[in-house]
Amino acid sequence: MEKIIEMRNIRKTFLGNVANNNINFVIYKGEIVSLLGENGAGKTTLMKILYGMYTKDSGEIYVNGRKVEINSPKDAIALGIGMVHQHFTLVRTLTVLENVILGLPSPKGFELDLESARKKLQEIIKKYKLVVDPDAKIWQLSVGERQRVEIIKALYRDINVLILDEPTAVLTPQEVEELFATLRIFKNEGKSVVFISHKLEEVMEISDRIVILRNGVVTGERKKEETNERELARLMVGKEVIEALRKEGGTVGAPVLKVEGIKALNDKGILALKGINFEVRKGEILGVAGVAGNGQKELEDVICGVRNPLEGHIYLKDKEVTGKSPKEIVNMGIGRIPEDRMESGLILDIPVYENLVIEFYDKPPFSKGMLINYAEIKRFAEKLVKEYRVKTSSIYAITRTLSGGNLQKLILARVLSQNPEFLIASQPTRGLDVGAMEYIHQKLLEAKTKGAAIMLISEDLNEILHLSDRIMVMYEGEIMGIIDRSKEDVDIEELGLMMAGAKRRVTL
Amino acid sequence: MSIAAVSSFVIWFISATIRMATPLVLATIGETFAERAGILNLGIEGTMLMGALTGFLVTYFTKSLWLGVLMAAVVGLLFGLLMAFFAVTLGVNQHVSGLGITIFATGLAYYTYRAVIGSPTVPPSIKAFSTLKIPLLWKIPVLGPIFFNQYALTYIAFLLVPLSSYVIFKTTFGLSLRAVGENPESADAVGINVYKIRYISMIIAGTLMGVAGSFFTLCEFNMFLYNIVGGRGWVAIALVIFANWMPWKVLGGALFFGGIDVLGLRLQSSAIKIPYQIYLMLPYLFTIIVLILVARNASYPAALLKPYRRE
Amino acid sequence: MISLPKFKLEKRETPPFWFQVLMPLLAVVIALAISAIFLAIIGKNPFLAFYNMFMGALGNKFAITETLVKATPLILTGVAVAIAFKAKYWNIGAEGQLYAGALAATWLGIMHLPLPAVIYIPLEIAVGFIAGALWSLIAGYLKAKMQVDDVVTTLLMNFIMIYIVQAILNGPWRNPKTMYPSSVPIAKNANFPKIIPNSRVHAGILLSILAIFFMYFLIRKTKLGFEIKATGANPKAAHFLGINTVKTIIIVSIISGGIAGLAGVGEVCGVHYHLISGISPGYGYSGIVIAMLGGLNTIGVLLAALYFAVVINGAQIMSVNMHIPIFISDVIQGITLLVMLAMLLFFEYRIRRVK
Repeated sequence: MEKIIEMRNIRKTFLGNVANNNINFVIYKGEIVSLLGENGAGKTTLMKILYGMYTKDSGEIYVNGRKVEINSPKDAIALGIGMVHQHFTLVRTLTVLENVILGLPSPKGFELDLESARKKLQEIIKKYKLVVDPDAKIWQLSVGERQRVEIIKALYRDINVLILDEPTAVLTPQEVEELFATLRIFKNEGKSVVFISHKLEEVMEISDRIVILRNGVVTGERKKEETNERELARLMVGKEVIEALRKEGGTVGAPVLKVEGIKALNDKGILALKGINFEVRKGEILGVAGVAGNGQKELEDVICGVRNPLEGHIYLKDKEVTGKSPKEIVNMGIGRIPEDRMESGLILDIPVYENLVIEFYDKPPFSKGMLINYAEIKRFAEKLVKEYRVKTSSIYAITRTLSGGNLQKLILARVLSQNPEFLIASQPTRGLDVGAMEYIHQKLLEAKTKGAAIMLISEDLNEILHLSDRIMVMYEGEIMGIIDRSKEDVDIEELGLMMAGAKRRVTL
Repeated sequence: MSIAAVSSFVIWFISATIRMATPLVLATIGETFAERAGILNLGIEGTMLMGALTGFLVTYFTKSLWLGVLMAAVVGLLFGLLMAFFAVTLGVNQHVSGLGITIFATGLAYYTYRAVIGSPTVPPSIKAFSTLKIPLLWKIPVLGPIFFNQYALTYIAFLLVPLSSYVIFKTTFGLSLRAVGENPESADAVGINVYKIRYISMIIAGTLMGVAGSFFTLCEFNMFLYNIVGGRGWVAIALVIFANWMPWKVLGGALFFGGIDVLGLRLQSSAIKIPYQIYLMLPYLFTIIVLILVARNASYPAALLKPYRRE
Repeated sequence: MISLPKFKLEKRETPPFWFQVLMPLLAVVIALAISAIFLAIIGKNPFLAFYNMFMGALGNKFAITETLVKATPLILTGVAVAIAFKAKYWNIGAEGQLYAGALAATWLGIMHLPLPAVIYIPLEIAVGFIAGALWSLIAGYLKAKMQVDDVVTTLLMNFIMIYIVQAILNGPWRNPKTMYPSSVPIAKNANFPKIIPNSRVHAGILLSILAIFFMYFLIRKTKLGFEIKATGANPKAAHFLGINTVKTIIIVSIISGGIAGLAGVGEVCGVHYHLISGISPGYGYSGIVIAMLGGLNTIGVLLAALYFAVVINGAQIMSVNMHIPIFISDVIQGITLLVMLAMLLFFEYRIRRVK
């Protein structure tokens, strides 16, 4: 097979984190190759380097045997490389046709040449079966149709290699089949596709070849015929992962949080939670595992009071929580450590001491009647900052100036200081260094020992395995299964399969 | 009332409406370009006043009307650049910088007039533009006097409507403009220079606003008076929203409000009880209603008011 | 075409405290320097001009009292706008709210109710506050509940209110004796007493001082002040963290409009004793400049208001003594606002040259 693209020894580091660790990756002419891996494995980073959006720290790229430097998407497109991202770059008020030609020089100079563009567009639509109305405005289109526009945009620019980043995350099963049909046509023309995904079933269906990444390294490369889902899951999730020990049954008590039949929409109006049922018990940590985008964010939003579910109920010890405002939820004794530290968990442009009381400033001793007692607040803040060893110049520092780890410590300090009965922590150690991570794990375990019921949502499987008493896997808005470690060992392969949607346990 | 009286009233009314609408059309089209690129230019009233002043002073000293219009355009362009500097390069709060420019430009206009002309009992005047009769066409009964006996600036303003519609919807610049005002990140992703597009749109806007201002001193009146722009700049802000950022709707809206202006002035000197200020209020009232209705359904260029900074 | 120099903006850590104090001072000086150019162009000596300006406004006892008369409404609109801006309620409508307050005060005043001053005056203050508050609440409610843009609505409502006042002054309230579009004088008992004898300084200045203390108290000592700061800093996070941002915006719009309305009451009951259509030469807009220059904090707003009172009064003296067009005060105000805006950028960001 002829090599069309070769990436050698690609290395890329972000702020001390090695995203691509001397990766070698080849794309052959006329193939569909999948890049398989979890979040943070390095797949998107590698392709963004190829597409000119990131600059590699070291390594070489060869296109058709010739060494090239790709410094911007324009360079990539000129070399025949196109990419469709997870977040579309479309202008919603313009039509499909206008979006496709946006940024391109017009053959007529100053004036747009819509007729010849339309002709070329129709040819692409017909050839690749990418059915969409050229005159529809983007806001009128479904997500699947918008993705088609993104693909057409790339094809319009005469590319030979099409990179798709998690394309099926937003598609219905029917649309997935249509996408695959398009990709096969593309391949049969002698062009190539790079399919980035974490979904095993689809990868097995569409790929000729599969390259598995984990923690910035290639852990395996297989031809489709030579492998199966189980092996891929193992390569994806890693044999070296901590051998999950049977956890000693601690004093786990009665259920504190009960979630029944929750259905909810995401921001785009699509059903993101399809009927979730589970409970979290006193003194346990329930880890919610799963690749991002499978409903975890929406579940977090519902529990935290910023998203109203369509159906279903949430109870905190038999008191209804569903539909309550954030303030009421805090007052009920629920602690929330949100995924979005900077846009939800904290207000960055106010001083540290204000953030430390912001969820309960209106209660004594911090407030009485209309008045607020800043002296008391500052005393409290000093205590917390010391106790949690938050590195800040003072409690008066503007919160924005703190590092990520210390921001998280602030949230943790604030939330834990109220001894919540139920705690939801979402991606609590994302982007943090090892020291901060261990500290937060320690604090969570302490809270658990003191009897809190904790729900931990994390994309980091190590973290889940390290902390959880029970593990719940979410995939496409449903629970694939719950593993109770007091009763069994964790089968890593099974976990990987559940996370990739390839296996479902019968509900216990 | 006789047919002749009615018809002569109608002819007068429509013709006056077209005339009164001229500065509104010019200024609002200018603001349309600015807002479609994502900039809410509250400096429009001040810019127009500076245009009025510049046109007057230049004509007063050089006796050339067209030079007055040209210099008004140049001054407007400069104020457009000033707004672009604050909104695009510095990326600071657009409302406040626009207001600052209006306060500055308004003050500067009166300051300059007073410094150059002083305060004589009889304010100086110039020989203003006279209407330009389009040969042959103006003789057509009824339509002739209405449409073909207007100021040159009026013809320019009205020609600007189809021209700007063409530019916005049929040129590469216009496509990039619409993309930038809606979603600068996407525009940037396809290689469009967001800053350049915004600067160009502010240059267009400022120039048109300057010319719009000159209409007051060089056509409508023949001198520079206090409050000569009379809030038309603010009406333009309202009108852009009312017209949904579309040039042809701007024309419609400008004619509508121009007509109200004309009626209002007429009523001022009549015995009718309704104070004419009620009419002056209408553009603002209508716009607020429009704003309420579209609030959820933003037809606003989505990137309006947000400075763009590459992270 | 236009090549922008290659600079990069780097977000600063906490800017040092002295920076906060230095910036407005620097803005004032730079603005005066730029204004000096416009003075020099018409052949006036800028140093002499500024000397006249400061001496004219502060040089003798009477001048100082006149400056205080000007400062009275400026402090009020400055406070009104500053509180609003802190919550990111972009109240551009202080001018209209001022007029609303003036209208209400006049309405009550020309009824010539048989009330003693000790009742009439507080009533005037009350109706003025309520009128300004209600006028502002319309825009505030629209913003809080329906996300209607507050800048454009408050701005447009200025003109609506000004036209309402003009219509009333040309119509039912037109003074029958003089036939001018202005109202008859208000009841004597509704007049604010003079605070400083032999001057025009009236009780309205007590309202201004009260407003300053109120702002300080509100922001520094109350729960609402905390909620205002949080809502203004990040409404999305504030909502997540339990703060009722809708309620906060609505309350802020009421307070802001009411205080601006008080400025109108002061001008009617303390300065003119009747309503004229030019009751405010733009105090509401000056309030915006004052709020920004004052960095949205209490002391800053007070100082900025006093400064602009000096500028506005001083401009009068400059015009008499040196024939400098009085509009120089608007020129200075506009330039000061723009310079202050540019300086705020340096507050948040450092400039780094990109190699």
